[in-house]
Amino acid sequence: MEAIVSQLPIGLSIGAVLLLIALGLTFTFGQMGVINMAHGEFIMAGAYTAYLLQDLAGREAVLVALPVAFVVAGLMGLILERTAIRHFYGRPLDTLLLTYGVSLVLQQLARDLFGAPNVQVQAPTWLQGGFGILPYNRLFIFALAIGSVVAIWGYMNRTSQGRRMQAVMQNRQLAAVSGINTGRVDQRTFFIGSGLAGIAGVALTLIGPVGPALGTYYIVDAFLVVVAGGLGQLRGAVIAAVALGLLNSYAEFWTNASLAKVIVFVAIIAFLQVRPQGLFVLRSRALT
Amino acid sequence: MRNSAWRIGAAVAVLATGLAACGGQSSTTTGGTAASGGDGNTIKVGLLHSLSGTMAISEVTVRDAELLAVQEINAAGGVLGKKLVPVVEDGASDWPTFAEKATKLIAQDKVATVFGGWTSASRKAMLPVFEKRKALLWYPVQYEGLESSPYIFYTGATTNQQIVPGLDYLKEKGKKRIFLVGSDYVFPRTANKIIKAYAAANGMQVLGEEYTPLGHTEYSTLVNKVVQAKPDAVFNTLNGDSNVAFFKQLKSAGVTAEQMPVMSVSVAEEEVKGIGVDNIAGHLVAWNYYQTTDNPANKKFVAAFKAKYGADRVTSDPMEAGYNAVYLWAEAVKKAGSTEVEAVKKAAGGITLERPEGTVTIDGENQHMYKTARIGVVETDGQIKEVWNSGKPIKPDPYLKTYPWAGGLA
Repeated sequence: MEAIVSQLPIGLSIGAVLLLIALGLTFTFGQMGVINMAHGEFIMAGAYTAYLLQDLAGREAVLVALPVAFVVAGLMGLILERTAIRHFYGRPLDTLLLTYGVSLVLQQLARDLFGAPNVQVQAPTWLQGGFGILPYNRLFIFALAIGSVVAIWGYMNRTSQGRRMQAVMQNRQLAAVSGINTGRVDQRTFFIGSGLAGIAGVALTLIGPVGPALGTYYIVDAFLVVVAGGLGQLRGAVIAAVALGLLNSYAEFWTNASLAKVIVFVAIIAFLQVRPQGLFVLRSRALT
Repeated sequence: MRNSAWRIGAAVAVLATGLAACGGQSSTTTGGTAASGGDGNTIKVGLLHSLSGTMAISEVTVRDAELLAVQEINAAGGVLGKKLVPVVEDGASDWPTFAEKATKLIAQDKVATVFGGWTSASRKAMLPVFEKRKALLWYPVQYEGLESSPYIFYTGATTNQQIVPGLDYLKEKGKKRIFLVGSDYVFPRTANKIIKAYAAANGMQVLGEEYTPLGHTEYSTLVNKVVQAKPDAVFNTLNGDSNVAFFKQLKSAGVTAEQMPVMSVSVAEEEVKGIGVDNIAGHLVAWNYYQTTDNPANKKFVAAFKAKYGADRVTSDPMEAGYNAVYLWAEAVKKAGSTEVEAVKKAAGGITLERPEGTVTIDGENQHMYKTARIGVVETDGQIKEVWNSGKPIKPDPYLKTYPWAGGLA
């Protein structure tokens, strides 16, 4: 009984981490059909941005690092989209191979630039300590995840750019003949999706390692959330992330970390048997 | 048409970046492999570590230390009047690759010996290659024991030189209720078997035993389990990046080293930097060498390492063991008067050298080293201060035959 109570906030905070790393992928994978294996390396880019800024501006720089990492990772995503991915639209398996290669290159690049060992990013002093069982840095990640979801929801539903994005997502051809520059929308989507990975990277410096392999630790979890939530579905990603976080925390408490991973995978496979398209399905009349 | 040209351009760009990244790596490592194998005025030696992938974080540092040793030996006139030429290969954190590259070094480059490996998985993958081809491997990392290949020299600690002293120290400090945390692979599982046997025979209580997959980064649940069990100390056999996540999350859960010290066996100076001194200061580690170990050989090693690789670099136990391996092999070759494997093996037994960690002697029987065990505490400047040592080098006992409580283990 005590465990049920104490694991609840832990589960929610794991869910917040999952949501943060998966949010950007919801766009690039869900919306554009691009299986971006380099998403993890954009997270890594965000983490290293926090590291560099800390060297410049001291350990309290985490708030400055968030927008900077968004732009840095976003630009990396934009460059990747412009130079390579746009030639592979509609060929998801090819993008998988392409972006996997890019992810290996970026990892090795990080190793050459920053060295193979992990670098140290200190948590700001105001994030030290905690509130009962929940440390402040977990609460910060929680707030960041909620903030990101609200911002994206607002962007998608309250701005003309966001509505155009939705239009392209639902029916690319129809959007194009309506005068929407779909190429421009794609660029923007990729910029935002990758930028969100950068923000996740900054948040992860508070709780995890900062090294060249950082991205590889999170990429699979990020895909699980997107697939379980339904492609391109903000709502789905939120619910899937929280559900997986809770499942993970309870499964690990009552069994162990390795078995918990198995349980989560089995649960997702079983769930996809019932709902192959995830929690929510995009209703569209597009003939794709 | 334009489209396909673009595609080729993009592919070339990606490839070029990749090659540039790889090129940067290898140009710094394979200095002059053009010399032909073994003949003339050079002796080729293989260095086989992961220079890419998840283990690169640790293994690159060992490679650096081994290259320093080769350079120093050459500067002092080489071995048997011949210069050593290092042939560096990348095991890529992938165990079959280790076996493949080992074969390449032995069969194609015809190296006199190989220094390499870090994880037990990589050693186990290389072992049959070296045994089949009757070639020599020097393995520089502490490991779980229960092995003694005639074609491997183990220059890191076996369990009775690291884990058992670590437990002795906890027992001496009255830490009787312990919690075991480890990565899910052969070293932690074997280590914990030994720890449980020790605990049972020494009136200690193991409150819990938890394993996480390699590369695991989410430790909030595990920390909660540890906190609820309220142990006197944690014995930590986590490996690699997981340590960073574990210590960060332990610290933010409010657990201090005073309440619940963590004794780690895979965290050295290099890892302390990545974990963050804030998060690990005050916790304990068990090794045979620290950068602060006080003797003339170590002062020289640290100064030479920093001069070659930069003042911000640190030295650690596995690096020192790799550095020693090259010197020990060179000494055995001098004694044997030849690089021929059987002769070197025969000459190696009993060789004693003053090394940065203190006096090291090769045990001719099991090809492990006599090493002094040292327990240290992580200081706020990121260095490790020795708080206890075994006084004299401990005879290696990979099968724990001399410990009555370990009867059922091997």
